[in-house]
Amino acid sequence: MKKSKQAYAELVKKLSPKSDMAKGVWRAFAVGGLICVIGQVINDVFSYGLKWGTQSAATATSICLVFLSALLTGLGVYDRIGKYAGAGSIVPITGFANATVAPAMEFRREGLVMGIGAKIFTLSGPVLVYGIGSSILVGLIAALVEVIG
Amino acid sequence: MSKRLGAQTVALPSRPGILAWASTAGQKEKEGPYGEKFDSIIPDELNGQQSFEGAERAMLEETIVRCAQKANKALGDIQMLLCGDLLNQIISAGFAARNLGIPFYGLYGACSTMAESLSIGGMIADGGFADAMVCATCSHFCTAERQYRAPLELGNQRTPTAQWTVTGAGAVMLAGGEQARHAGAVLTHATCGRVIDLGISDANNMGAAMAPAGCDTLANHFRDTNRGFDDYDLVVTGDLGHLGRDLLIELLKERKITVREDKLFDCGCHIFDARQDAHSGGSGCGCAASMLCAHLLPEVASGRLGRILFMATGALLSPTTTMQGESIPGVAHAVVIEHEGGKRR
Amino acid sequence: MSMMLMYIKAFVVGGILCAIGQVLILKTQLTSARILVGYVTTGVILGALGIYKPLVDFAGAGATVPLLGFGYSLARGSLEAVREIGVLGAFTGGITATAGGISAALFFGYLAAILFKPKMKA
Repeated sequence: MKKSKQAYAELVKKLSPKSDMAKGVWRAFAVGGLICVIGQVINDVFSYGLKWGTQSAATATSICLVFLSALLTGLGVYDRIGKYAGAGSIVPITGFANATVAPAMEFRREGLVMGIGAKIFTLSGPVLVYGIGSSILVGLIAALVEVIG
Repeated sequence: MSKRLGAQTVALPSRPGILAWASTAGQKEKEGPYGEKFDSIIPDELNGQQSFEGAERAMLEETIVRCAQKANKALGDIQMLLCGDLLNQIISAGFAARNLGIPFYGLYGACSTMAESLSIGGMIADGGFADAMVCATCSHFCTAERQYRAPLELGNQRTPTAQWTVTGAGAVMLAGGEQARHAGAVLTHATCGRVIDLGISDANNMGAAMAPAGCDTLANHFRDTNRGFDDYDLVVTGDLGHLGRDLLIELLKERKITVREDKLFDCGCHIFDARQDAHSGGSGCGCAASMLCAHLLPEVASGRLGRILFMATGALLSPTTTMQGESIPGVAHAVVIEHEGGKRR
Repeated sequence: MSMMLMYIKAFVVGGILCAIGQVLILKTQLTSARILVGYVTTGVILGALGIYKPLVDFAGAGATVPLLGFGYSLARGSLEAVREIGVLGAFTGGITATAGGISAALFFGYLAAILFKPKMKA
C-alpha cells in the first residue's frame, strides 16, 4: 500500500461527518445546569427545611443525587439522558454514579463477587484513584509546609 | 490447470454449490429496510436465554439448524462447520458446535468471517475434501458492546463515525461434487486478504480502519482475475459504513481503478435506514452474513443478480490493543458468487 | 427571592462547567473517563489553592455538583484533617470528606445490579 499514514489520516478527516457542536454544547449546558439546580433544591431542603448543618446537608445532597442517578440507571433511563446531554450528564456527580452502577449491572451475570464485586469500579475507579491520590499529595505538601514554615 | 491466479486469488473450477442459506436478525434489524427478508427474528435481546452470550449462541445454532433443514439434510450429514464470531475465544461458534455435534473449524476474521468461511469452505469443497459443509457466523449488539465498548446503561454519546453492531446470523450450506448440481448459486473464486494498517487508532471509526484493507483486496482481486466493476452486477462490502464506503471509493480512485458507485453495495449502509440513528451504519459479522443470506443469495439464485463479488472486511483489534495505544489493522476477504447457469443474463 | 437567584446562579455555573466538558469531548479524542479524571484533579488543585471556594460561595450546587466540586471536597477535607491531626490527616481527610458519595455509589450500585437488568439501547 503506497499511501502514507499521514495522507490517509488527512483523507479520513476530510471525509468524516462533523458533529453539530453548538447543539451538543447547548444540551450539555441545559441538562448539566438543571442537575445542579436539583442539587441546590435538595441541599435547601436539608439546610432550611430540616435545619441540618452545612456539612451534613452537603453530604446528604451527594447521597441523594447518587441515589437518583442509580435509580435512573437501573430503570434504563440515564443512558437516554446521557445520549441527549453528553457532558451534561457525565460531569455532575450523577455521572460518577452512573459510571459505577452501569458496569455493576452489566457484569451481574458473572456473579456477585467476580462480577459485580470486581467490576463495579471499572469505570469510576480512575476518578477515585486520581482524586483521592491528589488529595493525599495536597495534604502531604501542606503538612510539609507546616513543618518547614 | 493451476487453480492459483496471481498473488492472492484462487479459482474454484468445480464451482462449489450453495445449496441453502438461513438468516436470523434482531428487532432493530427487523425495523430496517430489509426487515421482512430475514427468515427469523429473535423476540428480544435475551432470546429466551439467561445472558446475552447465551442469546447469541442460541441464535447461531437456530440459524445453522434451519439452514440444514432448508437443504434437506440432517445435522449428522454435515461434514464440517466453518464458523466464527466476535467474542473472545469465539465462544458462540465453539459452544454452538458443541451443541450441534458437527466437526468444527473455528475461525476468527472479526467482521470478515463470512467471506473467510466461504473462501476456505469453497477451497475445501473444490479440493474434494468435503461435499456438505456449513459456513456460518453471527454477532450480537449487547455482547459486542460488553466486550469492546461500554456497559449498556452507561450514559455515553456515540460519535458520528460509530457503527451499530448488528444482532444477526447467517449460515450457508456449501456442497461439492455431485451435490453441487442442485445449487442455484455457486462459488467461482476466492481472494485471500492481507492485513493492512494505515494508522487509524480510533476504535469508534471502524470504517476508516478497514477501508484500506478493502481497497487492497479488491485491487488485487481485479488484478489477479483481470476483471473490474463492469464484470460484476454488485460489488458487496460487509460493514464499511457510510464513511468507510466513501473512503474506499477514494482509495480505489487513487489506485486508478474505475469505480462504479452504483454497484458498490455496503451491507452496513443498507441494513439500517437513517431514521434508526445508526450513525455510520451497521457492523459486525452478522451484518454481512445476515444480508448475504436474507437478500443477496436469493437474488443470485433466482438470476436477478448474475455475478457478485462478496467482500467482508474485519478490524483485528482488541480492547487491550486499543488501550495500549496500538492502531487498528484491517483485513478483507472476497468470494465471487455466480448464478448457476453461467454468466450474467 | 435570593433563593431564586441562587438557583439561577447554580444553573448557569453548573451548565457552563458541563458545556466546557462537552467541548472537550467533541474537540479532543479524550474519552469521558480521562476527562473526568482531569476534572476531579483540577478540582483538587483549585480547592487546595483556595481558588474554588469563592465559586462555591457564589453558585452553591452549581460548583459542588460537577466533579470539580468533588475534587474541591477532597482537597478541603485533606487540608482540614492535616490542620487538626497533622500528617496522618493527608491520608484520612480526603476520603472521609467524600465518603458519603462514594459509599452511596457503591451501595446503590450494588442494589441496582441485583434489582435491575441491563436493557438494549434505544
